Amino acid sequence: MSLIEAPRTPTRGRRTGGINWEKWGWIYMRASGVVLIVLIFGHLFVNLVAGEGVKAIDFAFVGGKLSDPFWAVWDGLMLWLALIHGGNGMRTLVNDYATNPKVRNILLIGIAASTAILILLGTLVITTFDPCPAGADPALLSSICEGR
Amino acid sequence: MPEKSASNLVAEPKSPSKIRSPKRPAGTLYRGNEGMWSWVLHRITGVAIYFFLLVHILDTALVRVSPEAYNQVIETYKTPVMGLGEIALVAAIAFHAFNGLRIILIDFWAFGAKHQRAMFWVVIGLWLILLAGFIPRQLMHVFGG
Repeated sequence: MSLIEAPRTPTRGRRTGGINWEKWGWIYMRASGVVLIVLIFGHLFVNLVAGEGVKAIDFAFVGGKLSDPFWAVWDGLMLWLALIHGGNGMRTLVNDYATNPKVRNILLIGIAASTAILILLGTLVITTFDPCPAGADPALLSSICEGR
Repeated sequence: MPEKSASNLVAEPKSPSKIRSPKRPAGTLYRGNEGMWSWVLHRITGVAIYFFLLVHILDTALVRVSPEAYNQVIETYKTPVMGLGEIALVAAIAFHAFNGLRIILIDFWAFGAKHQRAMFWVVIGLWLILLAGFIPRQLMHVFGG
């Protein structure tokens, strides 16, 4: 029995059986990354490049987009894939750089909580969104609201 | 070519596919040079995009509050400073996207690991082309009449 621990001794024991979550996380980063390239470049083109770019974005613009199921699904996929991709990336950085176990646990819980809360919030916004809210100034609404 | 072989004391290997051992300690795929710096940039751009994403979900959620609340906040995205910020955001996203594809090619394809250095410069090239297209367009939108 040696007094000095071997270098790079894992703090946790070697995983025996069960689901290899690290492997699936690794696969998820690559799979979601490829899909996100299409989703985010499409999102950036429609919102920043096409037409008047960022100056065209207002409630009516978003209302017109999110009332179309195509963009609702697009944005919903982007929300879920990007937040989990980003959250898992931040988890990797915290595991690499936070050496104090207490600080690391607080950061990991913070990442998990903010990811869960923002996915819930974003999903609720997309699914319950009303592009033509009752009593709103008609000048601020999308043209799809005319005659309602 | 006799001149070339005379001046070249170290014999060139016959097969170009053979990997030569370095003369002095050289970088590995992840230590030193392009391999390491692409990794550093991937982390920095990733963190920057992550924090923007958090803010962006919250600002978009304002569509559920009222048209006025959303318009008021989104108006700040159209100012000159934020217009330049959007260029930085697109630059970060484009690097992270192209280098992410490079990482996938390194992981799944023997060609990728062997040519990771060349692929880094392809990433930089694609990044410059994308920005050369985006920056003038964005400046027109933000500063144009």
